[in-house]
Amino acid sequence: MFELIIVVAVVLIIAIVYTIFRVTTLIGIAKGDSTSKVPSNNKTQAMLMVLFLVLGIFGFFYYSFGGLEDSFIQPIASKHGVKTDFWFWITMAVTSFVFIFTQILLFGFSYKYQYDENRKASFYPHNNKLEIIWTAIPAVVLAILVISGWKIWQDITGPAPEDAYEIEVFGYQYGWSFRYPGRDGKLGDYDYKKIDDTNQLGIDLKDRASHDDFVSNQLYLPKGKPVLLKIRARDVIHSVYMPHFRAQMNAVPGLPTKFWFEPTKSTDDMRTETGNPEFKYELVCNKICGRSHFGMKAIIIVEEEEDFKTWFKDQDAFLKLNPEYLSQVPDDLKEVAIISSELENNEINQSVGNTNSSF
Amino acid sequence: MSITDIQLEENLAHHDDHHDDHHEQSFISKYIFSTDHKMIAKQFLITGIMWAVIGGGLSIIFRLQLGFPGADLSWLKPILGEWIDAEGSIDPEFYLALVTMHGTIMVFFVLTAGLSGTFSNFLIPLQIGARDMASGFMNMLSYWMFFLSSAIMFISLFLETGPAAGGWTVYPPLSILSDAIQGSGGGMTLWLVSMVFFIASTLLGGINYIATVINMRTKGMSFSRLPLTVWAFFITAVIGLLSFPVLVAAALLLVFDRSFGTSFYLSEIFIGGEALPNIGGSPILYQHLFWFLGHPEVYIVILPALGITSEIIATNSRKPIFGYRAMIGSMLAIAFLSFIVWAHHMFVSGLNPFLGSIFMFLTLIIAVPSAVKAFNYITTLWRGNIVFTPAMLFSIGLVSFFISGGLTGIFLGNSALDINLHDTYFVVAHFHLVMGSASFFGLMAGVYHWFPKMFGRMMDKTMGYIHFWLTFVGVYLVFFPLHYIGIAGFPRRYYAFTNFDAFSTFGDLNTFVSIAAIVTFAAQFLFLFNFFNSIFRGRKAPENPWNSNTLEWTTPRNPGHGNWPGPIPTVYRWAYDYSKPGSDSDFIPQHIPLSQTPESNFPHEEELAKSEVISEDNGAHESH
Repeated sequence: MFELIIVVAVVLIIAIVYTIFRVTTLIGIAKGDSTSKVPSNNKTQAMLMVLFLVLGIFGFFYYSFGGLEDSFIQPIASKHGVKTDFWFWITMAVTSFVFIFTQILLFGFSYKYQYDENRKASFYPHNNKLEIIWTAIPAVVLAILVISGWKIWQDITGPAPEDAYEIEVFGYQYGWSFRYPGRDGKLGDYDYKKIDDTNQLGIDLKDRASHDDFVSNQLYLPKGKPVLLKIRARDVIHSVYMPHFRAQMNAVPGLPTKFWFEPTKSTDDMRTETGNPEFKYELVCNKICGRSHFGMKAIIIVEEEEDFKTWFKDQDAFLKLNPEYLSQVPDDLKEVAIISSELENNEINQSVGNTNSSF
Repeated sequence: MSITDIQLEENLAHHDDHHDDHHEQSFISKYIFSTDHKMIAKQFLITGIMWAVIGGGLSIIFRLQLGFPGADLSWLKPILGEWIDAEGSIDPEFYLALVTMHGTIMVFFVLTAGLSGTFSNFLIPLQIGARDMASGFMNMLSYWMFFLSSAIMFISLFLETGPAAGGWTVYPPLSILSDAIQGSGGGMTLWLVSMVFFIASTLLGGINYIATVINMRTKGMSFSRLPLTVWAFFITAVIGLLSFPVLVAAALLLVFDRSFGTSFYLSEIFIGGEALPNIGGSPILYQHLFWFLGHPEVYIVILPALGITSEIIATNSRKPIFGYRAMIGSMLAIAFLSFIVWAHHMFVSGLNPFLGSIFMFLTLIIAVPSAVKAFNYITTLWRGNIVFTPAMLFSIGLVSFFISGGLTGIFLGNSALDINLHDTYFVVAHFHLVMGSASFFGLMAGVYHWFPKMFGRMMDKTMGYIHFWLTFVGVYLVFFPLHYIGIAGFPRRYYAFTNFDAFSTFGDLNTFVSIAAIVTFAAQFLFLFNFFNSIFRGRKAPENPWNSNTLEWTTPRNPGHGNWPGPIPTVYRWAYDYSKPGSDSDFIPQHIPLSQTPESNFPHEEELAKSEVISEDNGAHESH
């Protein structure tokens, strides 16, 4: 019943609007406004232009500076982020100026030069001087912005410092894993054909550098130290996006990528700064990757370097947690593997027993 | 075209034996398999409008999801069926399909075919003084290829596994592996087939436009007298001809990878519990090939709109367009540069950072000719005598969007800043303003301006004004807030943002944007009514309702086959002699000889006027 009333109401409203439309059209014909050169409400349109301009600029300033700006600016937590944000805001100042200036001209001229029977438009087809000026000025301003951007880009994408911590970031539908190099400081090889339910990253245990590697499902980072992320993907393209660090790089299957940066604030620092005791850094997938793209995240934990080192030391190597994979280690490396992965004797016996039985 | 006209035609079709005029055609050859450029233009326009309704409708569905997360949408079940689950929410995979199809439809079917297809077809012959396109048959094929492509894409919407869902850019491996997303099954196959027909349509059209502009200009219509619309369509066609074939190549390799087990784009993939054998391919190769079309494509979309705007702003400011040659020069520069900036879409794809630097420099160079165009429009308004027709309002709106959206391109073209903005809502805001809305406004401006010549009737002005203001304000309310969301780092193509602490603060703003989008979409029905009602019931149009200079306004109210009943007019001047000093009238059409307007001629034109008389005498002799 209620739906029926709504339908009837909508039909009635449409009928009324249509009648008004027909009546105004007929009145227009009676007045003969089709013969006049200029629409009868030319002036109204000109006024609306100015109204739009004023309200628009007011809205722009109100929303940008009216106390809401905190909600759309994520606090910066990386070294290069300070530089890119600086130039972001320089660019913002320049473009906002041009934006407001040109919109004022556009709508202002529209109002000022609205049709007037007694005036004739001025025949003004070109002015080389003006045109050179407004070709040159944007060119110079853009050159400044580009060169500054280029310098920062070179720093960001240049080689990582020698002392950077290497961490592997691995994206898959729909989550992230992180592999740390263990005590030897070197990430071992991988082979996508070795991926299985346990060895989700396809760690290739033929490489001795892989024996002490350990895997984490949260990204732990040291504060104040450069970190080099080595990025791969298992199935489709993902993107490692960390808004607080102003860092982003795609994870591409078959094409390892990298990104290095230096976190400057620990998670605790950020909790103090934002006044949010629950604050967590988040790593976001930013390349469409399937059904649960929107849920593909990982937590990033930034700690003081000492705490990070302690945490690092306490982690168990993949091989230690999964001793059955010792069978994949070549015979001549088995002993080294046992030592570097800190496999204890009883575990070895167990695993050797397992391997034997599997033959 | 009124109802009576159609009935008349049908009657004539029944009395074939009576017709003594060879122009009279059967219903099928006049309205369906027509080779007349004006009818083909209308076919493109109406198909484009239908696609715009579908594409816009899809965006409203996903805006409902974004603006009102968790709302009960089971009332959409009659349309969406199984894609709405038991709790009444949209299936996340279907959400991605909606986003993908919205992009594909809007970019290709509405703003490429609907815009270029309509106005290049309609205006090129009329404005250069030709009887029809170089090849009417190819032109007809062009439309029917588009129709076939449309039909296939439309069918893909109804597949059980859904249409393509990997984003409108259909990046592999996602678009190859149906294990990764079900839209990459049948939906993606139909997408590829449809696009191949679409590209064939664009190429057939483009070759025709180029040939027509080069070969079929009327006497006196030199390139330096061509209206800027024709320049824009011509340059657009050249860009399309050079870039679309590359998309075919990209699509073909994608087909091979999908169906024949090749590894152009696939390497080291583990999915669905097994490692695929493919090794050595590169997904980045696809991105290079795609964006080699994809970036010129955005200029294919915007240049015709800018051409239309140039014409409308000059006419309604009653003033010559400022910097005619600079406008052509900047379009040529944009066309050239558009081919060497593509990798700015790939700054964070793993591209060599050195290449990133090169593409950053080239990208920001392209901002200069764009800036010149914006300044020239504004200067055209300066000291004009502006008539606000609905077409003029839409043109001014276009310039406003072109500036707002263009400026944010300066952020995104800067690779260092792009790191944090890439694939966020900042990008969404940027291209929806500069390319989507600006180009859409160009389409609307064109429809309002040339409707009288298309259908011989006027559209209702008042409804046009209401339509403009609702749409103009609406578009800003939809897309301006997205910049703020983007600065906060919201990723694109997210079904919901509730999983993230960093993004959970914008719920209200998203609701606001969705409401604005719904109102803006609803306002388009006003246009639809006005358009279709005016075709049949609009007031009869005068031959030249806007007092415009270009040749199309010298044709009769309903130009027939061949456009001009008598000889094609000769052109004696450029298209922008508005408010010429000394002249009583504030416009002098292109076909008026200089020798007839001694009061307003400039000194160098006096010389031309003398030679004009001689050549006309020659012409008279030849015809005897």
